[in-house]
Amino acid sequence: MEKSLKRYFILFAVPTLAAFLAAFVLPFLLGVYLSFTQFTTVTNARWVGIENYLRVFSENAEFLRALGFTALFTLTSVIVINVLAFLLALLLTRSIPGTNLFRTVFLLPNLIGGIVLGYIWQVIINGALYPMGKTLTASASYGFWGLVILMGWQMTGYMMIIYIAGLQNIPGDVMEAAAIDGASPSQTLFRVTIPMVMPSITICTFLTLTNSFKLFDQNLALTAGAPSRKTSMLALDIYNTFYGRTGYEGVGQAKAVLFFLMVGAIALIQLSLTRSREVES
Amino acid sequence: MSRRWTDWVYFFFLLLLSLLFLAPVFIVLMNSFKGRFYISDAPFRLPTPETFVGMDNYTGGIAKTGFWNAFGYSLFITVCSVLIIVLLTAMTAWFLSRVHAWYTSVLYYAFAFSMIVPFQMVMFPLSKIANLLRLDNPVGILFIYLGFGAGLSVFLFCGFVRSVPLSVEEAAVIDNCGPIQTFFLIVFPILRPTAVTVAILNTMWIWNDYLLPYLVIGSQYRTIPIAVQYLRGGYGAQDMGAMMAMLVLAILPVVIFYLGCQRYIIRGVVAGAVKE
Repeated sequence: MEKSLKRYFILFAVPTLAAFLAAFVLPFLLGVYLSFTQFTTVTNARWVGIENYLRVFSENAEFLRALGFTALFTLTSVIVINVLAFLLALLLTRSIPGTNLFRTVFLLPNLIGGIVLGYIWQVIINGALYPMGKTLTASASYGFWGLVILMGWQMTGYMMIIYIAGLQNIPGDVMEAAAIDGASPSQTLFRVTIPMVMPSITICTFLTLTNSFKLFDQNLALTAGAPSRKTSMLALDIYNTFYGRTGYEGVGQAKAVLFFLMVGAIALIQLSLTRSREVES
Repeated sequence: MSRRWTDWVYFFFLLLLSLLFLAPVFIVLMNSFKGRFYISDAPFRLPTPETFVGMDNYTGGIAKTGFWNAFGYSLFITVCSVLIIVLLTAMTAWFLSRVHAWYTSVLYYAFAFSMIVPFQMVMFPLSKIANLLRLDNPVGILFIYLGFGAGLSVFLFCGFVRSVPLSVEEAAVIDNCGPIQTFFLIVFPILRPTAVTVAILNTMWIWNDYLLPYLVIGSQYRTIPIAVQYLRGGYGAQDMGAMMAMLVLAILPVVIFYLGCQRYIIRGVVAGAVKE
């Protein structure tokens, strides 16, 4: 089979491969190259070495500010979402009436697109702030907490589903043994349940981590960085560097490469954590 | 089964929380029937005879954004991309798993690598290449989605193909099946559960995707997210009534899809999360 299949390379692999080359490999390599050049369109690129990377940090503090905002937002939303999702999953694996219906409701926001989510919450938060005579863009902290609420609303249901799957995988006899040994509810939770769902906790932590870190649509729709770019996250800052003004395309691409390296580092940490656990078990 | 009273406390807590979860959608729905100047100030107030405008926001919003065109483009791009991705990446994954050569493992790792690269990294070069290759139209973008979505899909299919016993395929060979027949008659039917997962995950991504279509085809063809963002207009000049109506129209297909395929969606997001 392998030999005859090899001759069908053109049919089985080439269509996907051609698209993969055009839409990913080529743009990726070109992106790395362009980060070392000065350009406005791809054809007039001129090699400038690491100048773009230096300009990311020397010209203004926008990138570092965006990085700080992104890091703080990511940390907050990871904690809020995971705690809430885990508690909901604990409740929904008990014998409570209507658990399926609740699950359906909590997962619903996850399917709505980021742009739409952003405008939904813009109206609601502006309406809530209106009696105080303020708007969402009056202060960066409104934008920050607005994004946390939005992300919580969107991702809690998704993480809850993964936690529920993890909780349902705990063998019944483990729980029985804990009960027979006279473990209190809190002992059962911290000594049995949480250690048993550690794989789910790792998955959910990194899913919320990367999704929050890479957030773009929601950021664009909710505040678009206002006031004065203080609520710009990294992805939006890169976008604005590219398309906000000419002459900064190289800097934008350098920022994009740095952004990729950060996301890649997070993924590598996750991979090594998952691998080391596989060895242990 | 008798229930303890604490379970009822939890039940009412969950009931309250789920109403809170649904509230944003209802607030938008309610405001879509109010006049445009009665929304920003008091979004939590029910429509009154004075503020109620019937379907005006809908007719106005649909006209302003060309909503039906946007819906058509979104539907065409999502359905076609997903069909192409499911079929072609399943074929590729089978090929990569069954042919043992240096280039198949290089390709496998290249696909896996592409999953961690954020869109901003390739955003600018991709839009230029799409222009150059004349892919900047609703048909060309299908090819881009295949390329950009291949990573996760190939990865998911490969994970499943490895668990399919070779003996089934060997039996097909003995019965004189060529690779094409073996794939379509034997392998693809076995892959169906993963195919559903891949379809669900790609549907959710492509239907809601904003930046890629905006940069590649956005100047001529608006999908639904682009149409919603387009309504924002100049700052402060936003028609809030039309915006509310468009948000409702954008959410409606998603809710219908969700209620129709809920079981598969839940299975899909779990499988997708574990593999990421």
